[in-house]
Amino acid sequence: VSSPGAASGHRIEILLRDLAPEVLGVVVRRFRDFAASEDAVQEALIAASEQWLQNGVPNNPRAWLIQVAQRRMTDHIRAEVARRKREDSVASEMPVFAPLLDADPEIDPHDTLVLLFMCCHPALSQASAIALTLRAVGGLTTAEIAKAFLVPVPTMAQRIGRAKETIRTSGIPFGMPDVAERAERLGAVLHVLYLIFNEGYTSSGGSDLVRVDLSNEAIRLMRAVRALLPDDGEVEALLALMLLTDARRAARTGPSGELIPLDEQDRSLWNAAQIAEGAALVKSSLSRGAIGEYQLLAAIASVHDEAASAEDTDWTEIRSLYAILMRVSDNPMVALNHAIATAEVSGPHAGLTLLMALERDERLNGNHRLAAVKAHLLERDGQFAEAVALYRSAAEKTASVPERNYLLQRAERLESDPERSLTSHQFSSSALPDRHAG
Amino acid sequence: MKYLLIMNTPRDGYAQYLAWPKKILEANQAFMHDFTAKLVKSGELIGTWGLAAPTQAKLVRVGSDKRPITDGVFPESKEYLAGFFLVDVENEQRAIAIASALSDAPGGAVKDASGNPIEHFWIEVRQVMGSHEEMT
Repeated sequence: VSSPGAASGHRIEILLRDLAPEVLGVVVRRFRDFAASEDAVQEALIAASEQWLQNGVPNNPRAWLIQVAQRRMTDHIRAEVARRKREDSVASEMPVFAPLLDADPEIDPHDTLVLLFMCCHPALSQASAIALTLRAVGGLTTAEIAKAFLVPVPTMAQRIGRAKETIRTSGIPFGMPDVAERAERLGAVLHVLYLIFNEGYTSSGGSDLVRVDLSNEAIRLMRAVRALLPDDGEVEALLALMLLTDARRAARTGPSGELIPLDEQDRSLWNAAQIAEGAALVKSSLSRGAIGEYQLLAAIASVHDEAASAEDTDWTEIRSLYAILMRVSDNPMVALNHAIATAEVSGPHAGLTLLMALERDERLNGNHRLAAVKAHLLERDGQFAEAVALYRSAAEKTASVPERNYLLQRAERLESDPERSLTSHQFSSSALPDRHAG
Repeated sequence: MKYLLIMNTPRDGYAQYLAWPKKILEANQAFMHDFTAKLVKSGELIGTWGLAAPTQAKLVRVGSDKRPITDGVFPESKEYLAGFFLVDVENEQRAIAIASALSDAPGGAVKDASGNPIEHFWIEVRQVMGSHEEMT
């Protein structure tokens, strides 16, 4: 055991989160019961975070966790058997599966992947899959997850309990899906990790002290997936997309949390190392042939990130990438982004023409982004009064405080000082809040 | 996404409610209990509260001496907040489905503020604003 002073709380947290899926994998394979094993591991993690901080990290932290979790499981089984005995004397004759408490079992690195397949199973609701993934694979506590999503702890505990119940009743097995199923199931896993990332990236509320950094969590888990599936282009691309987007995080909001659009961001605040890593991953991913959604989104993000200034952005390239993305994805947000890129290349009129078709799309009915984009293009076209009205209309439609503030500020700026309007800049639509196509 | 599901009542709504036959009142309470339990179980409920009758409400504002001025009379209004559910759900569609199920609560004869009989209460569905950007 190392000296108590050597272990910092943060280092212990990271270590525990990394070990969580390995430990859970071992316990589930031994005891079969996923729900109870997951509870036992969670208890072991909480015990470790308290004890290790005081007494130092044990020499073999993994074995320590496995042993504690297994002990909890054995206690759980004993209690369960006693309960059954009380309820039904016949049940007492059922054999109890109580394995040896071997503290040094074989670790299967694929356990993390198997757990992800299970926690992100399409039978679970998105909210359930996200919560269970963060707890079972991410090693976060229920309280941490609840705080991250700004809901009370009991609400989150219920959500996790329900997710486990769904797994139990749908008979989702703990095991690698067969090859035929794997692509679809991997898609579900990537989608959940992408949602977790976006939750962290787009949320500007809450203090860092009380909120787990979900973007970092998603990136950490994505790195683990990539280590297990190094040859998958979409896996590589999603990691790239997260890194390239997250690289701009320090620049995308101002001191009081206000949104700073891409074209006004201080690019010296961008994380150059992360951009380099992301760009290399994009290159490698695209060279693999088949082009998927994440590959296109990551490619677009890398075009933005690699431009030395907003004016240097290669919008022709971005427009072509969105055009391909539109063939792969039916999401109207993609079409909206394509219209933005078109306006950058061919002028606001071309963009506004494309928006006319999108205004007939029922899925965008009453959507604040459609109004916001149109307002930007009208502003660029010199139709100030219409633009101001639409900015205000978009502000009323959004449920996000930072976006509302941004849109109102835009309207005010245009109304009080049209000279400062977007027509004086070469670029406009990149002046929308910094995010990527969802 | 968080939504507030608002139950409104006409000014005399509480009196109407209490005048329901006992069986119906009990059925209504059992329904609300069951409805809440289901939302707890699905992990969607953040909280739910019913409010005391609007006749018991007080109006408060600060006076020039910075001390509170209270007024016992509630201003004339057609409708009053009776209670609400705060839920965290996947999308607006789900919030609407929950509101519609809530509106199906059993009840006795009810008249709206204009005196017209109504079959089911309207539930007002309002999204909660957050610091979070909307992705779609």
